[in-house]
Amino acid sequence: MSVATESMTAISAETTSSTTHPFYWSVRREVWEHRSIYIAPLVVAGLVLLGFLIRIVHLPQTMSLLAQLKPNDQHMAVAMPFAVAAVAITVTGLIVAFFYCLGALYNERKDRSILFWKSLPVSNTTAVLSKAAIPFLVLPAILFAIIIAVHLIMLGVGSAALAATHGDAALLWNSWPFVRMAVVLLYGMVVMTLWYAPIYGWVLFVSSWARSMAILWAVLPPLGLCLAERIALDTRYLSDLLDYRVNGFVKAAFYFDPHAKEIGDPLGMLTPAQYLTTPGLWAGLVIGAGFLMAAIWLRRSREAI
Amino acid sequence: MACLEARGLRKTFGATTALDGIDLKIEEGRILGLIGPNGAGKSTLLNAALGLIPFEGELKVLGQDPWAARDSLMRDVCFIADVAVLPRWMRVWQALDYVQGVHPKFDRAKAEAFLAKTKIKKTSKVRELSKGMVTQLHLALVMAIDAKLLVLDEPTLGLDLLYRKQFYDTLLNDYFDHNRTIVVTTHQVEEIQQILTDMMFINNGRIVLDCSMEDFEARYVELTPRPESTAEARALKPINERQALGRSIMLFDRVPREKLAALGEVRTPNIADLFVAVMTGNSTQGAAA
Repeated sequence: MSVATESMTAISAETTSSTTHPFYWSVRREVWEHRSIYIAPLVVAGLVLLGFLIRIVHLPQTMSLLAQLKPNDQHMAVAMPFAVAAVAITVTGLIVAFFYCLGALYNERKDRSILFWKSLPVSNTTAVLSKAAIPFLVLPAILFAIIIAVHLIMLGVGSAALAATHGDAALLWNSWPFVRMAVVLLYGMVVMTLWYAPIYGWVLFVSSWARSMAILWAVLPPLGLCLAERIALDTRYLSDLLDYRVNGFVKAAFYFDPHAKEIGDPLGMLTPAQYLTTPGLWAGLVIGAGFLMAAIWLRRSREAI
Repeated sequence: MACLEARGLRKTFGATTALDGIDLKIEEGRILGLIGPNGAGKSTLLNAALGLIPFEGELKVLGQDPWAARDSLMRDVCFIADVAVLPRWMRVWQALDYVQGVHPKFDRAKAEAFLAKTKIKKTSKVRELSKGMVTQLHLALVMAIDAKLLVLDEPTLGLDLLYRKQFYDTLLNDYFDHNRTIVVTTHQVEEIQQILTDMMFINNGRIVLDCSMEDFEARYVELTPRPESTAEARALKPINERQALGRSIMLFDRVPREKLAALGEVRTPNIADLFVAVMTGNSTQGAAA
């Protein structure tokens, strides 16, 4: 209830002024403070590209190896580095998101800078939502942009190398249809981020609540409960639930035909209707929102530690 | 409208009572010194007034309940909680950009003009600045905000004398006017005695003394009686007596100055001496006996 009143006063206070943009500047300040948000995925992108360039040096051998494969396997082999790049950058982003959320509402209490932030007319709602914007909006956007840039560089360098060695650049573009794969990636980024709402919410909540060792509070209770269930009841509902929360979006949002003989249109893999009607998605969003509201309430009443 | 008004303000932390029924009223345009020993409840009182903690009783800051309306209140209220709360990773230009971006009453030109008088570089990170420079930066940010109430909780803790003096001089000369109100707590009482218009002693969550500086000067007299007049002076019931260099120094409350002047040397006491006298209770008349 108090959160609701606070949000309302916050909104009335912040909309009457035309010159200030508390939410925008609060997000910007998060990016200033946490430069790992873009540096870490950029470093991984650099490593992926380095690996790719080293492979390019051996292009003639690779091409002769490829020539011995069936067309479908050829496509798979060519597409593999692109997929690896996307996965590596995304996983890096998820790790960054986890540690970002862990510190977001904890560090400001630890270093007492919360007293400075609270001396400014920025509501707790704005402050917490601007921090939540990092894993929900900023990071996915940055990851998507970096992956797209990496893919473009790989396609460009690959095409040039193939042209120089009288290879067939069409194989490259057919195996990784850039525009359609970009749509798949964007879709994947969105479905994954929404699916992870309760995870981000939980970690932000722990961050606003813990007085010390936030990482243990975030990780041990879920793992401990799973373990306790397995020992006490010899069932694994909780660990299945956890597994579903981490991996479930793939099954809900994509369809991979196990009997497909050749690679079809990648857009055919997307099942947005099925994803949007998965109860797990909506349950997760509700739980995530609940954790965020709790975090707003806690930021209001918790003092510096 | 009073700038800050409390009636029966209480705050407990578990079994500890931090504020035990505070009544106070601070009018606009005053500079109030809030003075008390560690753990007296000063910071709790200020935190309640700044909307940082919930409280019991009635408390209005600029007519608003600070707990319910903190966000809008912070447009008219500024505070420096203590030194070293500016985020250490932040660069000076980022601090300017951010405050400008979120505060409707921030005058960036004013902040930059103030910073130009210091050695602070805009590209420096807060962690690279000395403690004194961090305070200068914080003061630059705060003074550029057109606020009605400024709350300073130990703003000069850990600073050397030069920075402390400069801090209060700047505050008084470049910032204070009669539309603004300043509430300050500090342990360096002597240093702010000259700038205060009011003072308040607080101990164990209660207000022990609340008076304006005019009242203070009219009420309290410090007397160093001539040796032969010591007994006569003691008969006038000083609230405190201490020994210095073999002579008694007595503090009187509401005893006419002329009457005391006949017994020896009189002067206005400093707040620190009055503070000690009030805090150590009425161990007075018999102090030398």
